[in-house]
Amino acid sequence: MSTATNQQIQEALDKTEQSLSQSQQDFQALKGVVQQQLTGTGETIVMPGSATVADTTKAMETVPGGFPPPSQWIPAPWGSLIIETSYFVAAVLFILGLKRMSSPVTARRGIIWAGIGMMVASIVTFAYPGMSNYQLILLALVVGTIPAFWFAKKVPMASMPQMIALYNGMGGGAAAAIAAVEIIRGHVPNTMVHTLAILGALIGSISFSGSMVAFAKLQELMKKSWIFKNQQWVNLGLFTVTVLLGLVIIIQGNEAAGAVILLFFLLALVFGVMMTLPIGGADMPVVISMYNAFTGLAVGFEGFVLNNNAMIIAGVVVGASGTLLTQLMAKAMNRSLANVLFSGFGAKAGEVSTETVMGSLKPIDAMDAAVMMGYAKQVVIVPGYGMAVAQAQHKIWELTKALRERDVIVKFAIHPVAGRMPGHMNVLLAEAGVPYDLISDLDEINAEFEQTDVALVIGANDVVNPVARIDPASPIYGMPILNADKAKNVIVIKRGRGTGFAGIENHLFYMDNTRMLYGDGQKMAAELLQQVKAL
Amino acid sequence: MLEAFMALYIFMLAAFTGYEVISRVPVILHTPLMSGSNFIHGIVLVGAMVALGQADDTLEKTIGFLGVVLAVGNAVGGYFVTERMLEMFKSSKGGA
Repeated sequence: MSTATNQQIQEALDKTEQSLSQSQQDFQALKGVVQQQLTGTGETIVMPGSATVADTTKAMETVPGGFPPPSQWIPAPWGSLIIETSYFVAAVLFILGLKRMSSPVTARRGIIWAGIGMMVASIVTFAYPGMSNYQLILLALVVGTIPAFWFAKKVPMASMPQMIALYNGMGGGAAAAIAAVEIIRGHVPNTMVHTLAILGALIGSISFSGSMVAFAKLQELMKKSWIFKNQQWVNLGLFTVTVLLGLVIIIQGNEAAGAVILLFFLLALVFGVMMTLPIGGADMPVVISMYNAFTGLAVGFEGFVLNNNAMIIAGVVVGASGTLLTQLMAKAMNRSLANVLFSGFGAKAGEVSTETVMGSLKPIDAMDAAVMMGYAKQVVIVPGYGMAVAQAQHKIWELTKALRERDVIVKFAIHPVAGRMPGHMNVLLAEAGVPYDLISDLDEINAEFEQTDVALVIGANDVVNPVARIDPASPIYGMPILNADKAKNVIVIKRGRGTGFAGIENHLFYMDNTRMLYGDGQKMAAELLQQVKAL
Repeated sequence: MLEAFMALYIFMLAAFTGYEVISRVPVILHTPLMSGSNFIHGIVLVGAMVALGQADDTLEKTIGFLGVVLAVGNAVGGYFVTERMLEMFKSSKGGA
């Protein structure tokens, strides 16, 4: 009995050993399959910056216990899915947001939607696979956020264009920085991606330094346009050398020398400065808008490099819309984009105005002007940048309210280029509290001037100069203008007798039905208000 | 090859979208809109974070750090500038 039992035990032991070794073999086989799959996944995604399981495991090994970094909070396949989904949602929100900004009623919600998209996209990026340097990222976020937030909240509305230039330049610089990191790391997978990285770097760098010059000019830190002989040839040469260096980097690929990379970025930055320096302040809005489109494109290109769809879509959408906006602005100013960038930069305009003007300037005082407006049926106010400089918009709105109390119909006529950018004047009026439905643009209002008793022109000049309609020799000939001269009476508030941006005599000021109210915009508006109230 | 063409398609469709979305915007909103699109390319922040997150040596980290600072400035500044402008657009009917 005992021998039989022993034999049975022996058999059972053998069986157990066999099944154990079988399990081990199964395990080895399974492990092999899993490893193969892991490395397989790692190989199919070769773009730098995209999720590779190999990176994740490497990151896991390097963490010495404690809290895992955010890139490991969500298990591998789900993490990428969540990130990609968030980027997709962000891209949709950006497009819907831009769409909503196309009407004043929904515009506010538009920017909030886009803001939510941005929040979602940047938060999930912390969980991006293969990331480290979290303290540095957080520090950079804090360092960048505080001044940007502070200035965005504090800066007066009249300075908005240069703030847009500044923030736009920063975006371009960031795109160039991404390109620099990727090129220096040397993990760029192929020539196509390398080309896109270089393109984005070039455009981003130009947008960065160019926008900074635009900012300095609008902020009046830099007053003179810097023009010298053969400037365009020097710029062309500079650009060619920069592009050639870029080609060298593309050809040498990941082995490109550090000195070449450094020189490429330096020259791209210098070119941005050189390209923007000769452009005058009046043309700056067009240039800023163009750099806005540039930054968009640069972001899109770097999106291809990082295989990041949110960047690609948002960047290219901005690139395209910015290009259209630039064309619209240039058209409203009666200039072609090439003209703004490469020609006389507004300097030639003054030479042409040698023709004499018939008539004389007829002054008026505030009381008479107030009587004219107070007993009018309809008054149209034509504001220009001069109103913003004098900070007269608040007084003008009060004057409007006083006139409306007397049952005078008051409308605002805004020329597309009034202010420093299309729409800038609307922002300034909105700041003073003027409801947007009182504001009409050129096409709406021009038919109405003939039924208007008084057109009040404050701080505007070239945009109401009838010469643009009648004199083919004039540099502004063909520019659409506000037909203020068709009104029964015209009152012009003006500081002195100088000419406008374009340096042309304004025939409107010499017409029989025009009266000049000389003085500071704000002071004159206050006086008009006082007189209207006293009627 | 296929990937390159996919990229090209995305590029084209996004470009058309941008063009179409903007083409119906009234002039009075051009400045806020430019500011808004300026905010939207602040998405470069995501890329800058990834670039810094994957940077290895000091040089790469320095450039990456600069990239994140610039990018977050673009996004945050762009947002609040745009919001401030749009906040002010009010109708005389309804609201204040």
